[in-house]
Amino acid sequence: MSSREAILGAIRRHLHRGALPEDQAAMLRARLAAHPRHLIPARSRLSRAGQIALFIANVEKEFGSVVRLPDTRAVPGAIADYLAQQNLPSEIVMAPHPALQAIPWAERPLLKRRAGRAEASDLVSLQHGFAAIAETGTLMLPAAPERPTTINLLADTALVLLQASRVVGAYEEAWDLLRAERRDPLTGGFMPRNVMLVTGPSRSADIEQTLELGAHGPRRLHILLLDDDEAARATPESAPQ
Amino acid sequence: MFSTSPAFKENAHKAIADVGLQKALTRTKPHFQGRRAKAVEGLPEFERLRDIGRDIKNHTLANLDFYLETWAGNVERAGGQVHWCATADDARAAVLAICERVGAKTVTKGKSMISEELAINEHLEQHGITPVETDLGEYILQLRREPPSHIIAPAFHLNREDWEESFRRAHTDLAPDRVFRERRDILTEARAKLRARFLAADVGITGANFLIAETGSSVIVTNEGNGDLTQTLPRVHIVLASIEKMVPTLEDATNMLRLLARSATGQDFSVYTTFSTGVRREGDLDGPEEYHVILLDNGRSAMLGTEFQDMLRCIRCAACMNHCPVYGVVGGHAYGWVYPGPMGAVLTPTLIGVDQAGNLPNASTFCGKCESVCPVKIPLPKMMRHWREREFERHLTPSAVRTNLALWGFFARRPGLYRFATRIGAGVLGWLGRKRGRLSRLPFAGGWTAGRDLPTPEGKTFFARYASEQRRQRGAS
Repeated sequence: MSSREAILGAIRRHLHRGALPEDQAAMLRARLAAHPRHLIPARSRLSRAGQIALFIANVEKEFGSVVRLPDTRAVPGAIADYLAQQNLPSEIVMAPHPALQAIPWAERPLLKRRAGRAEASDLVSLQHGFAAIAETGTLMLPAAPERPTTINLLADTALVLLQASRVVGAYEEAWDLLRAERRDPLTGGFMPRNVMLVTGPSRSADIEQTLELGAHGPRRLHILLLDDDEAARATPESAPQ
Repeated sequence: MFSTSPAFKENAHKAIADVGLQKALTRTKPHFQGRRAKAVEGLPEFERLRDIGRDIKNHTLANLDFYLETWAGNVERAGGQVHWCATADDARAAVLAICERVGAKTVTKGKSMISEELAINEHLEQHGITPVETDLGEYILQLRREPPSHIIAPAFHLNREDWEESFRRAHTDLAPDRVFRERRDILTEARAKLRARFLAADVGITGANFLIAETGSSVIVTNEGNGDLTQTLPRVHIVLASIEKMVPTLEDATNMLRLLARSATGQDFSVYTTFSTGVRREGDLDGPEEYHVILLDNGRSAMLGTEFQDMLRCIRCAACMNHCPVYGVVGGHAYGWVYPGPMGAVLTPTLIGVDQAGNLPNASTFCGKCESVCPVKIPLPKMMRHWREREFERHLTPSAVRTNLALWGFFARRPGLYRFATRIGAGVLGWLGRKRGRLSRLPFAGGWTAGRDLPTPEGKTFFARYASEQRRQRGAS
C-alpha cells in the first residue's frame, strides 16, 4: 500500500466511513466550482472614492506611502522627485510590463532604467500592480513573465504603479479579477505560480517585540496611484479613520 | 525533536527563577494582548468570522480525504510533487532525498513549526547539508542552538544584550568592537548576513499556513519577507505541511486570513501573504523549477473521530499562549517540546504520547481565556480535561495526587458530608487565623504558603450563604 493510500485510509477509518459516495463528492465539487463567499466586512462597502480613500489610509497606517498622479505622463517626474527626496540614486529596475514600458520615460532622461527581474544589488524597483484591496491597504501582485516576483522583494525601496480603477474593496473582489482575467499556460486554470498580497514594507518585531522596518524585503513601499477612475476622484462619503 | 515535557515541573521552576526570561515575559505580554484586542475591536464582524472559520475547518476535516486528493491533483497539474508522509521519519527521508538528488549544499528555511516537529535541521546537518534559518528570530536561535519558545515569536525570550552577544560570537568576520547603537543595527547586520545566504542556497524550505484544494496552492504568511526570498531564489522549493492545513477554496482561505493576523500579532493583515502554486512557468524570469510538498500526517489522522478532532482546526496563531496565565509565567521552553501553551498542552500528548506529556494538560488553571480568544473556537480546556482523565485511567498520575483525588471524590459524591466537612474546615481555619485574618503556615500546604499567606475563611461557607440567600429571596417575593 502506498503512503498516499495509507494516509487516506487512516482518515476514512477514523471518520468511520469509506470513500465518499458519488453524490456527496459531487456536492463538494460543486462547492469548489461555486467557491461561495463568506461574510465580507462592512468597512470596505463604500463608494469608489471612499474605497480609494480607505486604501490610501490603510497603506499609510502600515508605513507605506501613496502619491496620486493624473496620468502616466506624471510618472517619471514623480519617481525622480521621490528618489531625490529619499537621497536615492536615479536608477531603477522595472518589471518588463507593457504598461510600464508605455510610460513616456524620455521626459526624464537622467532616470536610468533596466527592465527585467531584480538582483540583490538593485536599490530601487518598480512593479506593476495587478489590483489592490482597500480593506487592509493590500497590493495583489501575481507572478507572470511581465511581473517577476523578485521585483517585489530584493530592492530596498519598492515602487508600485497602480491604477485607481484596480482598487477593489475586499479580497474576494480581487480574486474575482484574477479568476476573470488570467489564464495559466501550464494548468489552464487562473492561478499563477505565485500571488503575493503585500501590505506595507517588510518588517520584524523579533528583537524585543519592537517594530523595525526593512527586515529582508523592502524598507520602503511607495505606491504611484494613477487616477484613471472618474468616480474615484469625487469626494468620499466620509473620511476613513 | 527531543522532549523534556516529562520534566515540566522542574522546567517551570527554572523558568520562574530565570531573570532574563521573566524580563522578556513582562515586556511581551501586554503587547500581544493589547494589540489583538485593538485589532478585534476594529472589526465588528470578528465574532461572526470566528464562527465561519470554525465551520469551514469542521467541513474540511469531515471531508479531508476528498480535499487532499483534489488538492494533490491540482499540485501535480501545476508541475509540483506531493510526498505523502505518514510519519516524521518518512518526511525527513523525503526532504533529504530531494536535497541529495539536487546536490544541495546549503538550504535556506522559512519559519515552520513542522520543521521543528521533524527536527529537520539536525537531520540535514548529519548528512552534510547546511540548513540556514532566515526568520530573524529563528536565525538567532540557530546561532544559540536553542529551540523556539513561542510559535510566532520564537525568540521573544531573548533580550537585546543576548542578540548582541550572539552576533559578536557568530559573525567573526566583522569588527569585534563594533557598536550596536539601536535595535536597527542588529537587524541590518542580520539582513546583510542572510542576503548572501539567500543567494547561495540550492533549496528553500518553507512551512504552510494553509493548503488550498481548489487551486493546489500553499500559503505562507510573514512580515519579514524571508519566506518569500526562501521560496523564490533557490532552484527547488520544498513546502512542509501537515494534513490539517487544508481549506477548500480561496474564499475559505480569505476568511481564515481575516482571523489569523488579528489573533496572532494584532495586525489587520500580515505584510506578505503569498500563494504558491507549482513550478516556474514558461517565460517567467524567476521562481523555483521544482515545487515539492511534504504532506505530513504524524498522528493527526488518528485524532479524527475522537474527542481531540477539534484541535485539528488550529491555525497556529498563538492567541491561546499569549493570553495564558501559566504560559505568561513559565514561557515556552518549560513545555519541553515543539508546541507550548494551551494548544501545545492538547496537541503534544497526541503527537508524543500522554506518558511523555501528561504534565502539560495539568498546567492549566482552567480559566478559559484560551478558548475565549481562539479564532476557531477550539474548546481547549475541555480537551485538557480529557487528557487528565486519560492520564488518570492509565495510572500515570502520581499516587499522592490519586489519593487526594480519591479522598475528595469520596466527599464530593456525598453532598451532605461534603458540606459538613467544609464547614468544619472553614471553622477551624477561621479560628486558627482569628487574630491576623491570614495564615503564614499550614500543614500539607507548605509549597503554597512559602510564597504568600493564606487568607482565612470568614463567616459561613459558600453553600450556607447560598442557601440563606435563596431563602431570603423566596421570602421577599
